[in-house]
Amino acid sequence: MKLASLEREMLAGKHGKATQKSMEILLALGEIYDAKRMIPVTSVQIAGVSYANLREPGLEWLAEMAKDGKVQVLTTLNPAGMDLDNWRALGIDPEFAKNQERVIDAFAKMGIITTCTCTPYLIGNLPHFGEHIAWAESSAVCFANSVIGARTNREGGPSALAAALTGVTPEYGYHLDQNRQAHITFKVKAKVQGTARFGTLGKVIGDTLDGNAEWTIPYIRGIPQASTDELKSFCASIATYGGTALFHMRGITPNKTEIPQDLLLITEKDMAKSEKELNDEEAVIDFVSIGCPHASIKEIRRIAELVEGKQVTKETWLTTARPTKRIADRVGYTAIIEAAGIKFACDTCCVVAPIKGRFKGLATDSAKGCYYAQGRHKFKTKHCSLEECIQEALSR
Amino acid sequence: MTKFQGRKIAQGTASGEALVTSQGISFYGGVNPDSAVVVEKGHELEGKSIAGKVLVFPRGKGSTVGSYVIYQLAKTGKAPVAIVNKECETITAVGCIISNIPAVDKIPIEKIKTGDQLYIDATKGLVEIR
Repeated sequence: MKLASLEREMLAGKHGKATQKSMEILLALGEIYDAKRMIPVTSVQIAGVSYANLREPGLEWLAEMAKDGKVQVLTTLNPAGMDLDNWRALGIDPEFAKNQERVIDAFAKMGIITTCTCTPYLIGNLPHFGEHIAWAESSAVCFANSVIGARTNREGGPSALAAALTGVTPEYGYHLDQNRQAHITFKVKAKVQGTARFGTLGKVIGDTLDGNAEWTIPYIRGIPQASTDELKSFCASIATYGGTALFHMRGITPNKTEIPQDLLLITEKDMAKSEKELNDEEAVIDFVSIGCPHASIKEIRRIAELVEGKQVTKETWLTTARPTKRIADRVGYTAIIEAAGIKFACDTCCVVAPIKGRFKGLATDSAKGCYYAQGRHKFKTKHCSLEECIQEALSR
Repeated sequence: MTKFQGRKIAQGTASGEALVTSQGISFYGGVNPDSAVVVEKGHELEGKSIAGKVLVFPRGKGSTVGSYVIYQLAKTGKAPVAIVNKECETITAVGCIISNIPAVDKIPIEKIKTGDQLYIDATKGLVEIR
């Protein structure tokens, strides 16, 4: 791999220890994946923020990097393990809260914007078509590559941080045209509307692609229209179930591709089968969570409409980015939603919060949320539309 | 003495006893970060500790949080002294770099047996059976 003079200086330690370590990481990755050179990135999204995953050694490493590391480009953070302001009301252990704050402090010291969200593209970290970026967070990677047409590999926490501290990433994988072509066509012959149904479709396609080394990028036909919220849900689901970092959707996504001859049909029957897997028959719902990925202002407005003047009977969380909540505060949605008994959980989500075993059954419109609720938290799940989730929250 | 020339992943030198598996290792979820014992159900190394060994396996797998598990093991003195792979991937590479664990790949690992005494010069990409 050929390094530019500034990159060689970084590697030699002339720009500090954190930058040196970062360049070592990027160089090793570049050599493993046969990159020819480093390319500048304009935006970074970092994952590995919850103290539940990092634990003490992960935090120590971040603190070490924060001694002299400073980010070179716009860098935002994934959700943390708790709402950084409102953690007490959400039942988070004070010891955990203290440690989570230490993690956030280390990131802040490096110049990272500590708005913790899985939807950076909704709150001002929005690359444009063709831009090279280094993002972690599988759902956002899929959204950036597919819906926006920016270019990123699926970074892990350390490699994303390394890109932020140096401003570069090795040029391989999804940064290159030849690796962005579709391999398999899916023709959808089922009605797909709403965030929940788009999540189900993501699971159908993701499950088909999972573990398949030849088919990693799908070309999807038969979806007449899709909103940003629906695509956000679809990206989270297909990335969770299929590890998919890039898809093409005819008439909707902007990237160019050859159209693969190999074709698979998706029917109502396939949708029903996945839907069944997302719904545990014996689920007794005592927890409702909306906002995986983080709710948009449009979704929050819809919830306000549905709950105005009513009361929820179950623990109900609305997870979103703090800037989005600020808009909801300003226009009055927050007051309506909180008066109905729903708790805002900013900066966090039901995937990374330490809530294992706290509830029996989760109702959510997120197929990704179901995956982690079943596996990580040992909850039973009910997967339904946003409207049905709110109905569930209000019912006795 | 048998020598293999591979590729440097993370620099440094080490010697130790080989612990070999023909299966992939998922550090997040597959290895207990406190005890260094492999806990993945049905894994060839299930129940064995990777602490202080030269860990020899084809390739890493699983969540990217695995890099932090390697780091945690190193901080508590329970990491492998070196890692030898057939084909290294991101999680193991990043884990070894941030933890200063020498690592080499592109080695014919089927020629190494558990219990072999190995010397690793990762900086030169060398693995020796002594």
